[in-house]
Amino acid sequence: MSLRDRAAVTGVGETAYTRGSGRSAVALSLEASLAAIADAGLSPRDIDGVIPVTGRGAIAEDVIANFGISDLRFSAQVPMGGASPVAALQCAAAAIAAGICRHVLVLLGRDAFPGGRVATGVHKIPAFRTVGEFELPLGAVSPAQLYAPMARRHMELYGTTIRDFAEIAVTTRQHALLNERSIMRKPITIEDHHASRMISDPFRLLDCSQENDGGAAVVVSHPDAARELARPRVLISGVAEGHPDSPASITQRADMTCLGVAKAAPRAFAMAGLQPADIDVAEIYDCFTYIVLCQIEDLGFCAKGEGGRFIREKGIGLDGALPVNTHGGLLSQAHMAGMNHVVELVRQLRGEGGCAQVKNAEIGLVTGYGDMGDGALAIMRRG
Amino acid sequence: MTNEDFPLPTPTPESAPYWEGLREGRLLLQKCSSCGKLRHYPRPVCDACFSMQCEWVQASGRGTIHSWTRTHHAFLPVFKQDAPYLLVTVDLEEGPRMNARLRGDGRDPVIGTSVICKLEAHDDNWVFPNFVVA
Repeated sequence: MSLRDRAAVTGVGETAYTRGSGRSAVALSLEASLAAIADAGLSPRDIDGVIPVTGRGAIAEDVIANFGISDLRFSAQVPMGGASPVAALQCAAAAIAAGICRHVLVLLGRDAFPGGRVATGVHKIPAFRTVGEFELPLGAVSPAQLYAPMARRHMELYGTTIRDFAEIAVTTRQHALLNERSIMRKPITIEDHHASRMISDPFRLLDCSQENDGGAAVVVSHPDAARELARPRVLISGVAEGHPDSPASITQRADMTCLGVAKAAPRAFAMAGLQPADIDVAEIYDCFTYIVLCQIEDLGFCAKGEGGRFIREKGIGLDGALPVNTHGGLLSQAHMAGMNHVVELVRQLRGEGGCAQVKNAEIGLVTGYGDMGDGALAIMRRG
Repeated sequence: MTNEDFPLPTPTPESAPYWEGLREGRLLLQKCSSCGKLRHYPRPVCDACFSMQCEWVQASGRGTIHSWTRTHHAFLPVFKQDAPYLLVTVDLEEGPRMNARLRGDGRDPVIGTSVICKLEAHDDNWVFPNFVVA
């Protein structure tokens, strides 16, 4: 049995994205959930499966208590950091295809201000246990520091430059300016990128995603139920997760320029019966600019080492060969651990992309990236 | 230096010999007692033969730079006094890698450069590995 077209995303919802909401991640995730459920045309009591994603947002018990759900049939957690929202789509589709439940809520909330910062707290996550014991005491604390050696190695092996990273930052910001929820509201140039302060070489400030508050959620439903709901149906045609070699330590990874999504991509494309060239729009997890470039290669849009050239020559803007992060991504819209990427892809495929709508977007792709290189992707289509 | 906010290691029964070795002035690697495969960072099972028996062997401390980053932004207050500081990923000549500080002269490291491990006392209880250009 394949999961191809065995589930559909029927509802998407977001809160406002802010720096300092004065609200808990639990409340924010529940507000986004209510929006997603309303978007689908469902009642909160219709939810019979829950996958709470990473961090401080609502857990299954909160969802049951707040929505008065009398018989939740499925709950799961997907501990893959920023790959969790997309990996949760696979988990939800599997539960629906197995007949366990019909409407799975995948939800996430973040309250970075003042409490739940990611950059200084990742070592408390179990996936970072090895790093926490052997690298943190030496001063390697945050994702920027742990991922920078991957980018440096890529530059050394393939001639990738900070100009390539800047191109991603600038294009993503251009998209954010078209999105009403974006936190980053000022245009930036290549020069602005190069002049921004160094965080952990080669990552400058404008290579790094932000910390913020907000909630985002999606409802994944049985495809038959989806046909009768409010919005155009968006089917999950291919979905997979992939774990990199040496997932607990980037340091020990034989090829540190290769991410977990490289293993998942062939499986997801085969499931969907599609090729990278079929993709009209791609929402690619962008905790750092380099991570976008690396995934473009690992997804098969170009060969390993050709990511910089692909971005320069093919283009990742709205008029490019592969429009990427049409909402502004984690870099410039908000850091919702990639749940906002799932939301945006569904909107694009429904034709609800607003000023950033990609023309004739029928088939799209969303990725997640998390922890020390975990990956997931989903290929969706209107249908 | 003593600082209660410093993120000291929390060794497990399986990793404690590594930290004990550093205190004794030796950089130790795990060696599978069954198939002989070396591994690092310390963990319970050999991924080649699944044996849970291991011995500890001393590494030469010699290696080459595989990659690096210079951290300018101190993500924890305890590292602020050190910034900017260099972190290098080192290919040890025995095969495994490790991440550690490079005590340099301020210049950017060059991938492939030979380095050698220097153990430094962090405080009365802890010794940490660092590297210098060989």
